[in-house]
Amino acid sequence: MNSIVCIKQVPNTNEVRINQETGTLIRDGVPSIINPDDKNAIEGALKIKEELGGTVTVITMGPEQAKAALREAMAMGADRAILLSDRAFAGSDTWATATILAAALEKIGETDLIFCGRQAIDGDTAQVGPELAEFLDIPQVTYAKEVSVEKGRVRVTRYGEFGDYIMEARMPVMLTAIRELNEPRLPHVRNIIGAWEKKEIEVWTMEDLTIDPTQIGLKGSPTNVFRSFVPVREKQSEIIQGNTPREKAALLLDRLSSQKLV
Amino acid sequence: MNFDFSDAQKMIRQTAQEFTERYVAPLAAELDQTGEFPRETFGRMAAHGFTGIGIPEEYGGSGGSDIEKVIVVSELAKKCGATAATLSIHMIFPAVILKFGSEEQKKKYLPAMADGGKISAFALTEPNAGSDAAAVKTTALKDGDHYILNGTKCFITGGGQADHLVVFALTDPSKGLKGLSALVVDKGMPGFSIGKIEDKMGIRASETVELIFDNCRVPAENLVGKEGAGFKIAMTALDGARIGVAAQALGIAEGALEETVKYMKERVQFGKPLTALQGLNWYVAEMATKIECARWMTYRAATLKIKGEPYTKEAAMAKYNASETALFVTNLALQIHGGYGYMKDYPLERMMRDAKITQIYEGTSEIHKVVIAREVLK
Repeated sequence: MNSIVCIKQVPNTNEVRINQETGTLIRDGVPSIINPDDKNAIEGALKIKEELGGTVTVITMGPEQAKAALREAMAMGADRAILLSDRAFAGSDTWATATILAAALEKIGETDLIFCGRQAIDGDTAQVGPELAEFLDIPQVTYAKEVSVEKGRVRVTRYGEFGDYIMEARMPVMLTAIRELNEPRLPHVRNIIGAWEKKEIEVWTMEDLTIDPTQIGLKGSPTNVFRSFVPVREKQSEIIQGNTPREKAALLLDRLSSQKLV
Repeated sequence: MNFDFSDAQKMIRQTAQEFTERYVAPLAAELDQTGEFPRETFGRMAAHGFTGIGIPEEYGGSGGSDIEKVIVVSELAKKCGATAATLSIHMIFPAVILKFGSEEQKKKYLPAMADGGKISAFALTEPNAGSDAAAVKTTALKDGDHYILNGTKCFITGGGQADHLVVFALTDPSKGLKGLSALVVDKGMPGFSIGKIEDKMGIRASETVELIFDNCRVPAENLVGKEGAGFKIAMTALDGARIGVAAQALGIAEGALEETVKYMKERVQFGKPLTALQGLNWYVAEMATKIECARWMTYRAATLKIKGEPYTKEAAMAKYNASETALFVTNLALQIHGGYGYMKDYPLERMMRDAKITQIYEGTSEIHKVVIAREVLK
């Protein structure tokens, strides 16, 4: 059972600071981590490997520093790590990123399971995984909270707002992991040392992949960030006073209708 | 001159921090109350390769060296001095086997010590042989292919839990210190029993016990090194162990400062947070400066040891300074917390109790001054 896990290196903060002039993220002084949902994806793939054998390949697109995320994934137990890095990839949106990842996955060849995290804490789009599945023309199940492989098929419990779905799919399949899927392991010290001092990371550029250059990078990206800003949070609360719930509800209704909200 | 940690060392620290938050911090207060040895946590430390640090991979270890030991022990000590002590003390035995043991002993004990979850202890101290380590009375007289061990060891940390212990005894009492030897004793050997379990002020979960040897037959192959090499083995082991105690003290001090910074930002008095009070800020400056000093002295001693250079003086200085720092910092941290610091709802009083032992075990501060002065004056 061979798995590929697509991960992203993100700044370690839920309060992303933004340069108001350029609209870009301020990354200085913010440590980088593996996107949290992606760690669940790695753990999901490692669990399957432990149960059924096979390999786990971890892949990411990014600059040289993204190697640290791949090293951490190898310390957790991934067998192989690939960095997709090329100037031509810079500025890619989700469409372009999925295009590049799809090309890399085609190159890797036969795979049973593709794990992605649900979404990244910096962009929060939740699009790359599903787009990747579309480009590869394979089934996808998002929001996976339980995964098992039975008789050559994958059985997934998919989280839903109004109840969970239990789904089956043929392989290869793309799954996106959520926090509820598992508790990502902490690496063994020996594997940390091995990941940094003994293992190699493969670096693939445009030359290694078959990609239509018009579909990637800033120019090939259909979405562009027009402006980024931090919304100003204004909090004005008022507690409606009244003796009974009915009285309070009546007062609330009066207020809402006077504001023409109902 | 290079004060940088490698990428792997940074990731080991990150892992140790997450491990501590996940598995150690939630238990620290309870373990302090019950005094129960954190057996499950120890198993987790083995599963994550903490217990195998310093043991080469060929013997099933994690690799790494004394720097990684200091990193992990100090991170654990930030939240639980007792758990840090169990690991730090466990690490002495494999270091002794690695340096002085035979190839058979390495193959037999090191994999079990590394990932195997086996616990080890170091038994030198006796009721009348504390700082005066030369006054050991326990004997191990040869009888065919065995040594017959007789005597009592006291204040042996982790001794009650240990699967294997290195015990120092006189194989030739007529030679005094030159007749001292090191033997591996396994749990359950006939004639070996656990005596009094101590009720301690701090590091309460690290179970400290008395060991009783009553005609305990130890196979001759369990001798570590040669007969008469015991004192050298003990002193070498203690040099290394001092770096471990310095790491514990450093971690306790760092943890106490972290608690203090958090508290000072949250606690409002006179209409403003404590951080607005210059008198308390001066305390923080003193604490942070002493910690910085303790940190680099500890890593410096570890670096010398790894390089194979003499480090007796530096290890003694690091341990003496870090343990004094730990008591200084926990005392001020508790003071800044005021009444809350004195209560068991906050970890400060426990940290101060845990800090105290670092001035005493693996050699008191006073013995360390003797060692340091001897090195300086020679």
